[in-house]
Amino acid sequence: MIGGLDFTVVWKDLPYFFLGRYPKGPLGGVGLTLYLAVVSLFLSFIGGLILGLLSVSRNRLIKWGSSAVIQTIRGMPLLMVIFWMFFLLPSLLGGGMPASWTVITALTLFTSSYMSEIVRAGILGIPKGQTEAAISTGLSHRQAMLHIILPQALRNMIPSFVNQFVSMIKDTSLAFIVGVSELTQVATQMNNRTMLYPTEIFLFIAVIYFILCFAFTELSRWLERRLAYQKAI
Amino acid sequence: MHYHFDWAVVTGGKYYEWLVSGVYVTVKLSLVSIALSFLLGLVIAVMRMSRFGPVRWFAHGYLEFFRNTPLLVQMFFWYFGSYKILPQSVNDWLVKGDFEFAAAVIALTIYTSAFIAEDIRSGVRSIPKEQMEAARSSGFSYIRSMRYIILPQAVRLTIPPLINQFLNLMKNSSLAMTIGVAELMYQARQVESYTFKGFEAFSAATLVYLAMSFVITGLMTLYDRMVLQPIKGR
Repeated sequence: MIGGLDFTVVWKDLPYFFLGRYPKGPLGGVGLTLYLAVVSLFLSFIGGLILGLLSVSRNRLIKWGSSAVIQTIRGMPLLMVIFWMFFLLPSLLGGGMPASWTVITALTLFTSSYMSEIVRAGILGIPKGQTEAAISTGLSHRQAMLHIILPQALRNMIPSFVNQFVSMIKDTSLAFIVGVSELTQVATQMNNRTMLYPTEIFLFIAVIYFILCFAFTELSRWLERRLAYQKAI
Repeated sequence: MHYHFDWAVVTGGKYYEWLVSGVYVTVKLSLVSIALSFLLGLVIAVMRMSRFGPVRWFAHGYLEFFRNTPLLVQMFFWYFGSYKILPQSVNDWLVKGDFEFAAAVIALTIYTSAFIAEDIRSGVRSIPKEQMEAARSSGFSYIRSMRYIILPQAVRLTIPPLINQFLNLMKNSSLAMTIGVAELMYQARQVESYTFKGFEAFSAATLVYLAMSFVITGLMTLYDRMVLQPIKGR
């Protein structure tokens, strides 16, 4: 009992909160939350890189086209993107897609467009002289981007990527809406079953999310300080 | 794909009215929450800069906790779980009114205020220390230097991130559908389940969200062009 709250409902089913029915059944809870976040982040990294490179293209059509896609997705709530995927993917792919992949697709689309802005800012943040120097040593524009600009830009972007991972962990909670049994879904199930302990259950998962996100927030701050330090010497 | 499009569903009649009422609730929810978030964010930012340790620590804890927890979980907490930690009188008062709306406002306000507080703080910190020293040495008190020298400059710099937070808040307000607030997302879903015209309903809602985002982004560009650029140019 903490301040009139009774957390036995949480302690009793602790493994369920962390792993769902795993290993006897599918993975759920914190495990699934992290799985969704890691897979989506990895895919968003690729998507963001592609979209980001397209948006700094010298071809105006590509540049404007990719910017239009990025701005459209950024102008929508994530929930809307999830509903669109939930609604469109089965009819495009003929059904049979598990809900967790619907969510991964939506999270990837959504986060890619945010990542692309980070990539774009990172590329534009590298002094122009670098490209000019690379090209005057005989590299093509593509080679200069790939071997000179991107490696430097990506290094500067690391803290922002970690921050995106924090947002991603928070965003996976929306998977609840299409019935994917990640942490928030597990909590609502528990709440529906027990009825009497909503305060305890939601406070508990809030603390779990906080611990996960705060750890990565601190990591990103540490990386930022380290990068600043390395640049200074 | 054998889908029969029927745009009439969302361009007039009962379902159109549902969507319009959803837009109204989204706008109301966003405006009420941004106003409250700004006030709360200002208080937290001032507390965060306080010279008294415990106040500063409290504000820091508040910021970190609410920024690093999903909004959806916070919304569920206030909607389902707040009755155990709030006094009975507050509960009675909340239940008498529109409780869903109130819970959504509380969750959105607390979540957004944590972000706004950081924006305000970095706005104040971006004003060089010398400004304060110069103000103090020319005879202004601490409060007056803040009031006449530091804050007017800091507020100008804080407005673009604030507009950005408003944009986020507007999009985040869609989460209120999960606790039964009949905002735009909720109504689009209602229309879908009543008519099976999901494509049309979601398209209409998407267009409205995009239009609102566009207007808010436009405000930011306008502010930048009309207020910030002239200052920088000088």
